[in-house]
Formats: sequence, structure tokens, C-alpha cells
Amino acid sequence: MARAASPRRKLITTLAAWTVALIIFFPVLWMILTSFKTEASAVAMPPQFLSADWTLENYVEVWGRSAYPRFFWNSVVIAVGSTLLGLVIAIPAAWAMAFVPGKRTKDLLMWMLSTKMMPAVAVMIPIYLLFLRFGLLDTRIGLVLVLMLMNLPIIIWMLYTYFKEIPAEILEAARMDGASLWNEILYVLTPMAVPGIASTMLLNIILAWNEAFWTITLTTTRAAPLSAFIASFSAPQGLFYAKLSAASAMAILPILILGWFSQKQLVRGLTFGAVK
Amino acid sequence: MSTQSTRMAARFMVAPSVLVLLVWMIVPLAMTAYFSFRLYRLLSPDRTGWVGFNNYVWFFNSPDFWLALTNTLMLVGGVLVITVVLGILIALLLDQPVKGQGLLRILVIAPFFVMPPVAASIWENLFMHPQNGLFAALARGFGAQPILFLESYPMPSVIGIVAWEWLPFATLIFVTALQSLSSEQLEAAEMDGASAFNRFRYIILPHLTRAITVVILIQTIFLLGIFGEIFTTTQGGPGSASTTLPYMIFKQAIAAKDIGRAAAGGIIAVILANIVAYFLMRGLGRHLDA
Repeated sequence: MARAASPRRKLITTLAAWTVALIIFFPVLWMILTSFKTEASAVAMPPQFLSADWTLENYVEVWGRSAYPRFFWNSVVIAVGSTLLGLVIAIPAAWAMAFVPGKRTKDLLMWMLSTKMMPAVAVMIPIYLLFLRFGLLDTRIGLVLVLMLMNLPIIIWMLYTYFKEIPAEILEAARMDGASLWNEILYVLTPMAVPGIASTMLLNIILAWNEAFWTITLTTTRAAPLSAFIASFSAPQGLFYAKLSAASAMAILPILILGWFSQKQLVRGLTFGAVK
Repeated sequence: MSTQSTRMAARFMVAPSVLVLLVWMIVPLAMTAYFSFRLYRLLSPDRTGWVGFNNYVWFFNSPDFWLALTNTLMLVGGVLVITVVLGILIALLLDQPVKGQGLLRILVIAPFFVMPPVAASIWENLFMHPQNGLFAALARGFGAQPILFLESYPMPSVIGIVAWEWLPFATLIFVTALQSLSSEQLEAAEMDGASAFNRFRYIILPHLTRAITVVILIQTIFLLGIFGEIFTTTQGGPGSASTTLPYMIFKQAIAAKDIGRAAAGGIIAVILANIVAYFLMRGLGRHLDA
């Protein structure tokens, strides 16, 4: 609802909007600034803005002299791995439900969504004990499995809403021309589905990267991703503000960038297609 | 227009998803239900046996349980109120013709992408810390005593942190919804002399109903399970002041190593979630075009 506005009004709303946006963003900005200060400068009182001692040392130290690269790599493997595995299982299901809907398809979709509402704590103990039994505790493959299962309903729902938008007539035309089911999927459906699959992948990488219940409860050191690492890092209060900030900045940067690209899909994906 | 063979193929394609989700739901849930009726402490593994409803009775008799339940509802309710009200206001502002729309949106959405432990640690250390935090510096600047946020007001502080994380999500959905509002209708109302408040009350708010419902439903799913923020900041304390139901169950399992009691708590959480889910699905079902 863009309307012509007077220049004066536009100036006031622009100022107000920027003020609000900067307030909301400020904590992230402050963390990034802190990550470039020396430890002494980071905790100086009164807080230093422009007069701070700037340095890159925190990044060098966090990345070079700790196990940080391992945590980072674990995050990448777990987020990407669980998403890809989820896609492999979800794509056929979403395809079938979108193009060959049966009487119970809607019930099935709602049931899948309802599994998302099962509280994680309720299944934590059995999962922990099963992981203990099968040697999956503190392994990346274990976390890949759990995060895949956790996000599978969202993956299926997102793909389903995207597939629904592909006109069925095109598929029927392909069928008339004698395309086999396999050819239909490979040459007709796939090219049209790629954008939807890509946004689903992006959103689920974000969700898996930021997950902080299973990663904390199921890992200790070897397979711990960044979320588990930062959660335990913050225990020694006030000692390593600048380093903590540098570690945090590197932990959120990849997702911040991915997230900014997927803004539009985010609304659609997380509302299961109810708001577009 | 599907043949018998495509129907068969479709079933096979859905089967793996249904199967893994069924296993993921039923096996752990059955185990949790089983443990909840057993005496099972990791510290004394020799003493086992059936204890009937004792684990449940312990929960209902524990003052911590009622506090945790209240805290959980306060967290969900508090964050919902803050994000919906502020979200609508900010969305209305962002919907105006302002300079730099694109960059503005990028700044506003950022907190949503910050992982919970990082969000919690930023607020805990850089802002709320009584010695080194910015809020403490601000208070001293005004000659006041720094507020002990996480010590004196743990629940409101946690609610504030979580609301900051979820405000972008609500705002983004409201902005998206506002874009589909026809400007003619608003202009006509303006020409007829409707005040700004009346235009909001009778045109904009009804238009946002669906978006508001969706925000409430989706956020509730995620807010009921909030864990990382509490684990990183207060660890449920001081005492049990900021312990929610998920955190209380976590403490029973990890700190007290009492599997039986934790499992009973888990089943209680499932029942609670089902009650909430029942209302959610009824509301959500109408708004999803499946």
C-alpha cells in the first residue's frame, strides 16, 4: 500500500524507521565491534566506541589457537548433512502428495506437522540411552540423524507448497507425449522444482545450524557444533569478552548471509505456506 | 487422472517419510512412558522396579513443577504479546514509503538468524552484566545502581532476550501481510474522513487477523521448547526462578540423574503440548491450504 506522501512525512517516517531498525540491530553490531577490540578495551568503563583499541588478534587467536575450526566444521557437516538427507527422503513424499493426492493426504500432512509439536525433552532420555547403546553419542552422524528427523516435517511441508504451484497440466502433457514416470520426474518436474528445493535447503540449513537443544545434550567435545561450543563458552563470565565476541561473530556470519538471501522464502517456509 | 500404477508409486514415495516419522515418534515415546513408571536412577542402578504413579506424584507435589509451569506459560505469553504488538507497529512503519527499505529490512531481520546461545551470551555479557554490561554503564551514567537483570529479574530478562530473537519473524510476516492490503480501500476511508486510528482498527487489523493467528501458532510451537537461552544465561536459576518445564526435566535427567522422574516430566510435557496442539491445529488448519 504505497501511497504518495509529502516529503516532510517521508523524512519523519524514514528517520523513525531507521532508528527502530538500528535499535533492533544494535546488539549484533555491538558484538561485532567488541570482537575487534582488545580485551581491556572491551570491558573498559565507560564503554569505548570510537576511541577503542582496535585489533584483529581475537580472530587470529580464536581460529588459530583453539579447537574452533573443528566446531565450525562440525556445524557445517551437521547442518548440510541433515538437510541433504532430509531432502532425499522428503522430495519423493512431497512430490507424491502434491501430484497424486489421495483422500487422506491432508490428514497425513497435518499429522506430520503435529510431530513437530512433540516436546524434545520428552524423547531426550530414550534418544540419549539409544545413542549410548549404539555408540552414537558425540558423533556427527548421530546429530545428522536427529536434526534430520526434527526438521523433516518442515522440509516436507515446504516442498509440498512449492510443488503444488507447478501446474499439473504440464505433467499431464508430458504423460500424453509418452514420457515415463522417471522421465517425467527427471526432465519436466526437476527443472521447475529447483527454486523451491533450493529455498527449502537454505531455510533448513539455517534451522539446523542454529539448533541448540540436541546439539547441547548429545555432544561433548568431538562432534560439538558451534551452538554447543558457545553455550558452554559463556560460563567464565567477563573474562574473554573480545574473544567470545569474535567466536560468536564467526558463528553467526555464514547464517546471517544465507538468511538475508532467503528472507522471502523464510516467511513462506516457516508459516507452512499460510503467508506468502 | 492418475492410474493405478502411479497411485502405487506414490504410496512407495510417501512411505519412507511416514515410516521414519512414526519410528521417531513412537519408539522414544513408548520408552519414555515405560521409564515414567519405573524406579530408574543412574546413580543407584541396582534398585529398579515398578513404582506406579510415584514419579508423577513427585512432580505434582513439587513446588518447582508449578513454578516451572507458570514460567513456561509466562515465557510463551510474554514473548507472544511483545512480538505481536511491537511487530505490528514496526511493520506499519516499514510499510511506509521510507528511504533504504532493503537495507532496513536486512537490519531488522538479523536477530532471527542469531543462534540462541549467541543471542543469550550477547545479552548476558555485553548488555546485562552488572560490572561490564552496557546497561550497567548507562545506569552509572545516570548515577543509579546497575540493575542485576539475570539475578533479580531472571524471567523478564529471559523473556526480553527471546522476544528480541522472535520480533523479526513477527515483523516480517506482518510486513508481508500488509503488502497485500489494497491502498484504494485505505485512501477511500481517508477521504471519507476516517481517523488514522479508525483506519487501523477497522481496515488494517481485520486484514492482519490471519497473519496474527499464524504468528501465534508458529511461535508457540518453538517457544514451548525454549532451552538454549536459559541454558546459556541463568541455568534455570537463581534457585529455580527461571526454570521452565523443559529445563526442569533436563535438570532431573542430567543433574539428578533420575530417569524415572524425568520421564514422568516428559510425559506431562507431551500432554501439555497436546492440549496446546489441539487448539493450534484447529486454528492453523483453517489457514493452511493443504
